[in-house]
Amino acid sequence: MAPPLVTNESLMHLGDLWFPTLAEKAMGGVDLLYWGIFWVSVGLGAAIFGVAVYLGMKYRRGSAAARPESEHQGMAMEVAWTVIPLVLVLSVFVWSFLDHLRSVVPPADAYEVRVLGKKWFWQFEYPQAGVTAINDLVVPVNRNIKLNMSSEDVIHSFFLPNFRRKKDVLPNRTTSLWFHADREGKYQIFCAEYCGDGHSVMLGNLLVVSQEAFDQYLAKASATSDEPLPQLGKKLYQSKACFTCHTVDGSAGTGPSLLGLYGKKRRFADGSSLDADENYLRESLLVPAARVVQGFQPVMPTYQGLLKEREITAMIEYLKGLK
Amino acid sequence: MSHHPDPNASYLESPAGFWPWLKSWLFTLDHKRIGILYFLGIVFSFGLGGFFAMVIRIELLRPHGLMLTHTQYNQVFTLHGAVMVFLFIIPSIPATIGNFVLPLLLGAKDVAFPRLNLLSFYIYLLGAVLAIFSLFSGAVDTGWTFYTPYSTQTGTAVISMTLAAFVLGFSSILTGINFIVTIHKLRAPGMGWFRIPLFAWATYATSIIQILATPVLAITLVLLILERTLGLGIFDPALGGDPVLFQHFFWFYSHPAVYIMILPAMGVMSEIITTHAQKDIFGYRFVAFSSIAIAVISFLVWGHHMYVSGQSLYANMIFSVLTLLVAIPSAIKVFNWVATLYGGHIHWRVPFLYAMGFIFLFLIGGFTGIILALLSLDVHLHDTYFIVAHFHYVMVGGTVMAFVGALHHWWPKMFGRMYSENWARVAFVLVFLGFNLTFFVQFILGSKGMPRRYHNYLDQFQPLHAFSTFGSWVLGLGFIVMTVYLIHSAFRGKKAPANPWESRTLEWQTASPPTTGNFEGTPTVTGGPYDYPRAGAAAGRNGRPE
Repeated sequence: MAPPLVTNESLMHLGDLWFPTLAEKAMGGVDLLYWGIFWVSVGLGAAIFGVAVYLGMKYRRGSAAARPESEHQGMAMEVAWTVIPLVLVLSVFVWSFLDHLRSVVPPADAYEVRVLGKKWFWQFEYPQAGVTAINDLVVPVNRNIKLNMSSEDVIHSFFLPNFRRKKDVLPNRTTSLWFHADREGKYQIFCAEYCGDGHSVMLGNLLVVSQEAFDQYLAKASATSDEPLPQLGKKLYQSKACFTCHTVDGSAGTGPSLLGLYGKKRRFADGSSLDADENYLRESLLVPAARVVQGFQPVMPTYQGLLKEREITAMIEYLKGLK
Repeated sequence: MSHHPDPNASYLESPAGFWPWLKSWLFTLDHKRIGILYFLGIVFSFGLGGFFAMVIRIELLRPHGLMLTHTQYNQVFTLHGAVMVFLFIIPSIPATIGNFVLPLLLGAKDVAFPRLNLLSFYIYLLGAVLAIFSLFSGAVDTGWTFYTPYSTQTGTAVISMTLAAFVLGFSSILTGINFIVTIHKLRAPGMGWFRIPLFAWATYATSIIQILATPVLAITLVLLILERTLGLGIFDPALGGDPVLFQHFFWFYSHPAVYIMILPAMGVMSEIITTHAQKDIFGYRFVAFSSIAIAVISFLVWGHHMYVSGQSLYANMIFSVLTLLVAIPSAIKVFNWVATLYGGHIHWRVPFLYAMGFIFLFLIGGFTGIILALLSLDVHLHDTYFIVAHFHYVMVGGTVMAFVGALHHWWPKMFGRMYSENWARVAFVLVFLGFNLTFFVQFILGSKGMPRRYHNYLDQFQPLHAFSTFGSWVLGLGFIVMTVYLIHSAFRGKKAPANPWESRTLEWQTASPPTTGNFEGTPTVTGGPYDYPRAGAAAGRNGRPE
């Protein structure tokens, strides 16, 4: 089964011919520079190619056009077509560098969120609120937001097309990316650096909300939910990105399917086997490498610390119900 | 080596009987035959890489895939890239056209080291066998760039593929050495440095890069292999290494390597344009030295692949400026080619069509290259389909168009036979049209945010992906048509005259196909390579110069 993909209308159908909607006005210089270069290129390109075709036709073999005793060296022309492109490229360089400078140096007052890239999901942590979320990054509108990012395994890259920003997420150091959303809305997050099987489903959403909604979100997320356990588990299957690797329809993904898992005999890579009971399910969530099902790779990251006790039991109850 | 070919017989002539025939090819020291051997290997590789390309495009018809798993898709795009880069495009023009044409252009009997030349071919063959072996032993899924630490950790056949690239590198180095010595030492009497045909200048610049940059790739790949086998911590942080170091090492070779791919194509352009315009090149020295300038600057721009890798702002700034400088010698070449047409006698035959196709596509590849060199724009476009479209415009629109143009230009010389001009025009239209249909929409996909190397994608991108896939079928059809009429030509084509294009360069001043010894006696050079008659003298006879 294909994993559900988050559809974000703001990429393809909005914005102009080239770019998706811009969600940070201050980055308008980037789009303008692109459009400027685009039209200059179209003009210059059409002129150069046009001249080539014109000369090619005018002086085609057998044509009556007079062939002037042409110079084979033309110093003035050589200098012109060396200097003019040089001036052009250096001016666009200055423009782009100033925009780049602004877009990579974070302001001091930025609200900080910690980002962890893992195969294959994004984990967001709000250190001041003690809240952790998977794949959904909720931030307040009209605030400078700074993401401090690192990876737990291979290189990922955090890409926000609507903000014209991207930064690699590395396993051995912290990189940062900042932005400022002018408008509320739902924006796409991509992983842009190839990271293996689930690369193309390592998607996230940036949800820009009002300050009040943001405060409510943090308060609600840190409180314990009283939803019925299987229902909560089903929600967690989506929100913790389990679907990236595990289907619930019996077909194998990067990991084994969860359908009919409970109570079934599991055979492991080391030759041992076990009936899948509650403690096996708990262990698989918290220490996934302890037992790896035959035919699969030990690539699942641990959910230790990402799930509260009630959420663990909710997952177990949900899995028990998948028959 | 029992077979001693007659120096005055066609180089294609072989002794009677299958085994003597086979032996005469497998042990040949003739640069022309070695060029043909490479040609066969390279055409096979292009077919293989093209097959993978078609699988990719068909798979991307639907946002959730059609027939492959994530792993299989990742293997297919990796193999497409690795086969096309290492087995096809790097050796394409230098090893086939270069081997065949370079000594002829210089008026030489062979390259400087014929045995080394044959060894280069067998090293290429060994590398190709290793690469194909890796397809069947858990095909690699890292992308052709082998980025660490993914490549340290994945379970697929990283070692056999990197070993293949390592081995292929030596073939490239040895060919580079051979060509440099050949250009220095074996030029015909009277051929001073500024009388060398421009293809030879381009080959010279390419050879410098091959010799100086390839060893860095070799070292990098050996380090990667040691990390995987012995657990030496060089790139994988889990072992104490630094993954970005790999990127620096890798691009220190692989950026110059894209100029290994494009410089010979530019050399081909100068030959095709002068011949088919019957005109001396405009600004010979500028065209010649711009090749050297590109080769030199190419070593100083690798960091533009790493603007978002976390490298310092200062590094970004410097790499951005240096990258933009590459635009200057490239622009100089284009302007000089166009100016060459002024006052010529242009015959719009198939090689010239490819030259015009090259200019059109290279302009788009070049302008988008400027966009990507700029920091603020590249941050958005990096690792999206915009990059994919850009390098296909340069590598396919540039190098492949030039390679195919070169093939049509020198085909009568190589095989002694003509091809069907009409079918060749049909194939040109299909290839040119199909290429633009396939890749132009990818610029839009990329700027809209579609990341590269994605097996699944957002539903909204489907119409453009489907359009690109349909385009790829037109492109594929073009190459199929070309294969058919070229095979027909090689066996049944009309016999080619010695100089069907009335070219002035030396390779056309001998028989088609050339004799084993290339020339009767040693040619002597008394003028520039493109001394086509000037205007005044050429007024008569239908405007045709004589």
